[in-house]
Amino acid sequence: MSVVELEAREIQLEAPSGLWSEAWRRLIRNPGAIVGAFFVLCFVAAAIFAPVLAPYGPKDQNLLLIVKGCCPGPSSKHWLGVDLLGRDVYSRILYGARYSLLIGVVSVSIGLSVGLVLGSVAGYLGGFVDSLIMRCMDVMLAIPGLLFAIGIVAMLGPGLRQVMVAVGVVNIPIFARLLRGSVLAQRENDFVLAARSVGVRRPTILFSHILPNAMSPVIVQGTLAMATAIIDVAGLGFLGLGPQDPATPEWGTMLTDVNDYLQTAPFLAIVPGLAIVISVLGFNLIGDGLREALDPKLRGRA
Amino acid sequence: MLRYLVRRLFLLVPILLGVSLLIFFWIRALPGGPAESLLGERATPALVAAYRKRYGLDKPVYQQYVTYLKTTFVDRDLGVSVASRRTVFSEIRQRFPATVELSVAAMIFAVGLGIPLGFVAAKRHGGVFDHLSLVGSLIGISIPIFFLAIILKYIFAVRLAWLPSVGRISVLIDMKHPTNFYVLDAIIERNWSALWDVLKHLILPAIALGSIPLAIVTRITRAAVLDVQNEDYVRTARAKGLAPLTVDRRHVLRNALLPVSTIIGLQTGLLLSGAVLTETVFAYPGMGSWLRDAIFSRDYPVLQGGILFLAFVFVVVNLIVDLSYAIINPRIRYS
Repeated sequence: MSVVELEAREIQLEAPSGLWSEAWRRLIRNPGAIVGAFFVLCFVAAAIFAPVLAPYGPKDQNLLLIVKGCCPGPSSKHWLGVDLLGRDVYSRILYGARYSLLIGVVSVSIGLSVGLVLGSVAGYLGGFVDSLIMRCMDVMLAIPGLLFAIGIVAMLGPGLRQVMVAVGVVNIPIFARLLRGSVLAQRENDFVLAARSVGVRRPTILFSHILPNAMSPVIVQGTLAMATAIIDVAGLGFLGLGPQDPATPEWGTMLTDVNDYLQTAPFLAIVPGLAIVISVLGFNLIGDGLREALDPKLRGRA
Repeated sequence: MLRYLVRRLFLLVPILLGVSLLIFFWIRALPGGPAESLLGERATPALVAAYRKRYGLDKPVYQQYVTYLKTTFVDRDLGVSVASRRTVFSEIRQRFPATVELSVAAMIFAVGLGIPLGFVAAKRHGGVFDHLSLVGSLIGISIPIFFLAIILKYIFAVRLAWLPSVGRISVLIDMKHPTNFYVLDAIIERNWSALWDVLKHLILPAIALGSIPLAIVTRITRAAVLDVQNEDYVRTARAKGLAPLTVDRRHVLRNALLPVSTIIGLQTGLLLSGAVLTETVFAYPGMGSWLRDAIFSRDYPVLQGGILFLAFVFVVVNLIVDLSYAIINPRIRYS
């Protein structure tokens, strides 16, 4: 047996079972992440199966239910009561999950994909391109997040699609910075040097050697960004910048009008609010769990 | 240190110019152009032309940008609000103190409660209180500010009627406002009933706005204290027989608060964003509710000037935070 063979065998013996399978094992042992997964599962299930689960349509009105100017609370027919126009709140919450999920996924995808390209190009090429891209990101970061989103919505006009774009654009510099740092750290690794010395082309090195290794912080940030996106979208909806058709069951928009009816019908505020809290909490818990699972340094600490 | 400061100040210039360019082109990119958007349905060609002339929109773009820079940095009035006909800057002078007052109150709430909570949680690491603080801070960052604000308003203003639900000060109170910081104004004027009234108006919005910083400060304090506790110098201090309280105060807390101070500075952007929502719920006359109204009344000079001003404040605060590290932590030296 030659020395090379001996060393090879040693490396094989020491090789861990892989980052992802180990991370997965750590994740399913984390009670917080389990609870978070449960919340997110409920949220996604509500979004997908809304037409099956909801007893009424999201826009079905029954004005006969309105007594003395406002709305009866929870009953056996309407589990979470009805709103100002006699619409079933439970059904609207279920359908609202669709909007929040859709907006969250689309806006995080926008931020992640554009940020991913900009950040990895900046980090990998360096030099002038890096400075140019990162200074633009600095400018975008110089405007506080929600204000930036408000500005974009003011430009594009209120509406569902515009809100998605706005929250997505706000996320771009965050992902770009993260990716750039990650790529810079990976670029100096020996395997990159090895790939370059055997003549692998630059885009191939970036996409098949560097990026896969730089992904774990992005996955964590992506999960946490889902949480922030849901809150931001609800915030924009609350400010009246969301979907302009008031019948749209968007959670933030549902909270807009209730301000005036707090005295008589507090559940109209509490129900959509709790829906937001639960879904956001779910993504935050999973994000925290993922961070702990993917970062070996954090192992054993809370 | 001085060289670092000068370099950072120079770096501010391109960022602020970038922000101003971004906002400038943002206004020009409005559907139908700013004149049409301002006039709305009343836009006849003659009126549009008059507006374009009045606001200098008929000149070439680079000239417009120069004019815009001039009103921003030389005249510093930031243009005239369409809704109120007053200069944007004079409105900012009135409204910005309100938002600062609210943000400071929110930070006092967050820091004053967050540091002790995080410290106790770390001291009882693994105990019930520790777990409660972790769960609590997670819920804290998951509650939308405006939802918390509505709930607080419902419980303490509507149901219990302990605190006022809207505004900065009761309409019946007559007071001069030399600084527009109402708390300061009341102290300067020695008007104690007004001071009490202003403080009462601050409590609920400050708690709502401070909830996320509170959660973050608690978490960071806890993590930092846990870190510092295992340092050699802490063990040495304990080994030489210092009283536990002295060790905690002089060795643990003082070092643990370094990362906390970093986090406190980073909350500025969050506070400015959150102010829009909090001020809307409590009808609090600060920058946030002003910008929100400006969107609906298409008051573009206000949006343009207000957002630029807040971006400026945000960048400067970040710079001050960076510099303050060196003062708080002698181990950091900028070069």
